[in-house]
Amino acid sequence: MSWTEVGPLADIPNKGSRVLVTKDGDVAVFRTAGDEVFALYDRCPHKAGPLSQGIVYDKRVACPLHNWVIDMESGEATGPDEGCTRTFETKIENGVVYISL
Amino acid sequence: MKEKLVLIGNGMAGMRTLEELLKLAPEKYDITVFGEEPYGNYNRIMLSPVLAGEKTINEIMINDLQWYQDNNVTLHSGKKVTQIDRVKRQVIADDGTVESYDRLLLATGSRPFMLPVPGADLPGVISFRDIKDVDTMLESSKTHKKAVVIGGGLLGLEAANGLMLQGMDVTVVHISETLMNQQLDSVASDLMLEELKGKGLNFLMSHATESISGDNRVEKVHFKDGSAIEADLVVMAVGIRPNIELAQSAGIHCERGIVVDDTMQTFDPTIYAVGECVQHRSQTFGLVAPLFEQAKVCANHLAKMGIARYISTVTSTKLKVTGIDLFSAGDFNGDDDTEDLVFKDAARHVYKKLVIKNDRLIGVVLYGDTVDGTWYFQLMKDGTDVSDIRENMLFGQHHIGDSGHGAANSTDNLPDDAEICGCNGVCKGDITKAISQHNLYTLDEVKAHTKASASCGSCAGLVEQILASTLGSDFNDTPSKKAMCGCTDMSHDEVKTAIKEQEIKTIPQLIEALEWKNPDGCHSCRPALNYYMLSSWPKEYADDPQSRFINERVHANIQKDGTYSVVPRIWGGVTNPRELRAIADISEKYAVPTVKITGGQRIDLLGVKKDDLPKMWADLSDAGFVSGHAYGKSLRTVKTCVGSEWCRFGTQDSTGLGIKVEKMTWGSWTPHKFKIAVSGCPRNCAEATIKDIGVVCVDSGYELHVGGNGGIKVRATDFLCKVATEEEAMEYIAAYMQLYREEGHYLERTAPWIERVGLKHVQALVVEDETNRKRLAQRFYESQENAQTDPWAEHAAKYKENYIPIKQVS
Repeated sequence: MSWTEVGPLADIPNKGSRVLVTKDGDVAVFRTAGDEVFALYDRCPHKAGPLSQGIVYDKRVACPLHNWVIDMESGEATGPDEGCTRTFETKIENGVVYISL
Repeated sequence: MKEKLVLIGNGMAGMRTLEELLKLAPEKYDITVFGEEPYGNYNRIMLSPVLAGEKTINEIMINDLQWYQDNNVTLHSGKKVTQIDRVKRQVIADDGTVESYDRLLLATGSRPFMLPVPGADLPGVISFRDIKDVDTMLESSKTHKKAVVIGGGLLGLEAANGLMLQGMDVTVVHISETLMNQQLDSVASDLMLEELKGKGLNFLMSHATESISGDNRVEKVHFKDGSAIEADLVVMAVGIRPNIELAQSAGIHCERGIVVDDTMQTFDPTIYAVGECVQHRSQTFGLVAPLFEQAKVCANHLAKMGIARYISTVTSTKLKVTGIDLFSAGDFNGDDDTEDLVFKDAARHVYKKLVIKNDRLIGVVLYGDTVDGTWYFQLMKDGTDVSDIRENMLFGQHHIGDSGHGAANSTDNLPDDAEICGCNGVCKGDITKAISQHNLYTLDEVKAHTKASASCGSCAGLVEQILASTLGSDFNDTPSKKAMCGCTDMSHDEVKTAIKEQEIKTIPQLIEALEWKNPDGCHSCRPALNYYMLSSWPKEYADDPQSRFINERVHANIQKDGTYSVVPRIWGGVTNPRELRAIADISEKYAVPTVKITGGQRIDLLGVKKDDLPKMWADLSDAGFVSGHAYGKSLRTVKTCVGSEWCRFGTQDSTGLGIKVEKMTWGSWTPHKFKIAVSGCPRNCAEATIKDIGVVCVDSGYELHVGGNGGIKVRATDFLCKVATEEEAMEYIAAYMQLYREEGHYLERTAPWIERVGLKHVQALVVEDETNRKRLAQRFYESQENAQTDPWAEHAAKYKENYIPIKQVS
């Protein structure tokens, strides 16, 4: 598995996210209240809303366009909504976030 | 080792408790269920449609046998528990099965009450309670002709309707003159009687049954007045009694039902009880909604979370008998101290009666048109002063000064392909299908599954009607209290009070103090909590950007493609060539794809990339612009006309006043967006009478109009008062806005707020009480001291990194 450096954990707001621009599209890198990091392809399975802009709680993010709630671990929409977005493995080492693209 | 939980009673209340428990603590217990009937858990409410031939038994199963396997729940079906040994903590069934328990849950339900008359034990005399009864009725209808239903209540009428549809000749015997006397007054009963007779049912009103006779099977029913009627089948539907025999035999304290406290615990702390078998604060239960609330509370305690309490409040019934819409709640008969508002249209079979006492609504009966039932019920629960709306309230919420989307008021005759929810394109058929497929019971569940009424909400009344008619009788639509979101059972008002009284000053502190179910809250409550903190502690609370919707976090409006729109403030809608030139230059510099004039007299720059926002703001700021807050739950615009400065009809300087008002109010956070307008004369070119507050200038001063809305439902403003000077107008606006900020629920516009609290209330605090008005205005000015900094300038200077990617990788 090859790891790409994203940046310092401190640069991602707690209960927030930052965007990582890649040649295959934007990736949303989230930081939870408990300082866990998750990464999702930055497109909601519903209408392609930018998940990076949503409200983060627990291990979930609510899409800013129509409030679909996406589970950040699985990338699946929760509740009765159905759909899935791609997830990426991440790790934190010495306060620096890495992603496997 | 896991603890053992035994449930006695495989019905709706008990099984709902298990489902709630499995959601909260799936691994906590080894669960065993005893059920007398040889089936899984089925939807007892749906027995009437089964009898009527509209549904099959399989269609009304909620938990089939597979469910028990999937959830590792042991089911002893067809076994009756005959003994509870509380010392050994064991239950013993009639076939000798013994199960021990750590916690026991009783959900033994109720038994139909059988009239103790001679012949009540003859073959062919039955009740209407379970699948066996329905089978008996269906069998009888094939071989016999004449059916008599004793009891003209809800259940009796449903049984009668079902038997009639199966081809039997049915007579309903009722002891009083009023059908469904628990739910209807005599006028509504007469209308219903007429309609049911028209459908082919026979009635014997005011007939008391004396005996039932027959040789090997029922043949006749005899009445106290000496008359008699032939019968091949008698269905007794005269009421239910809590089934408490087992509990009583085990020495558990019972009165009419098994007595439980607010946690659904019986007098034996290891034993809980829910459903129709319980008695809570002297009340027993027969409708499904309270049972589901009990299930929630009980599950919470079984999971040892220990935070929920069951509180029963006034209940309403909205039910469906044989194609007839009914709604009733509260004291609908009234007395000497009450006044009635009555509407009756016999030809359309519509009857509405509202009972009012001391300007408050205390009872409702609706027959034929029930779309406003929920609204009336809300007015009752809120104790709203209805003196201002009593002229029109009988005609429904749509007639209270508003018009707009949602003209239909009955879903009965609509075809399946009729569009109910215009926002999300959901048809009636989609909704009925989702309700039966997913066993939905509440408006929220229908919303989640179908999206109907999930956007603008104007079709919620219609969706509730469909829910009621699909579920059939016994549907109770109204939760006793509206919780703020799934994280809590507390209402908006309770949360606001707690913030003040317990001096809660951060969101994490609140989540702990008020025992929120999710440690971070959710996307629905966090923005509300942030607002309540901000409005309660304007000087101390540090705003939490992560609890704001994206638009407020980045001070621009997100668009469908993820770009943003930028709306600079144009004070009172007045601009000049220099400003326009600056906007033109900046639009070109950032290649803005669309430049549009807004309805609020400003200019919208659409399609801006997020990275460009801070740069663009810096340029706008250099040109003298500040944020227009077009994205915020805050003051939006003050729309004006040209007034006395130019207009030959203008009476006052409406433009000048508009600018002053905008300078006073900009930057303020409110529960929802807030729009103001100032018109220079009663021709009202600034459309001030559909704003949150509008000023209409007249020759002698300034009229203030409040609570208007031009959106989903057009609502014209109510007249607040008239003042003589600009200074007074400004003070009243500040005071009114502050009152709304303090009292409004998050995401509640002024229109529904005023309908909730009543115009009288607002007038009392803002107009009549001068001291209070000045205090309110003072609080507004004080909170504005910290609020009027331009977020654009601030973000362009300090927070640029929030707008750019953390990194680009190739």
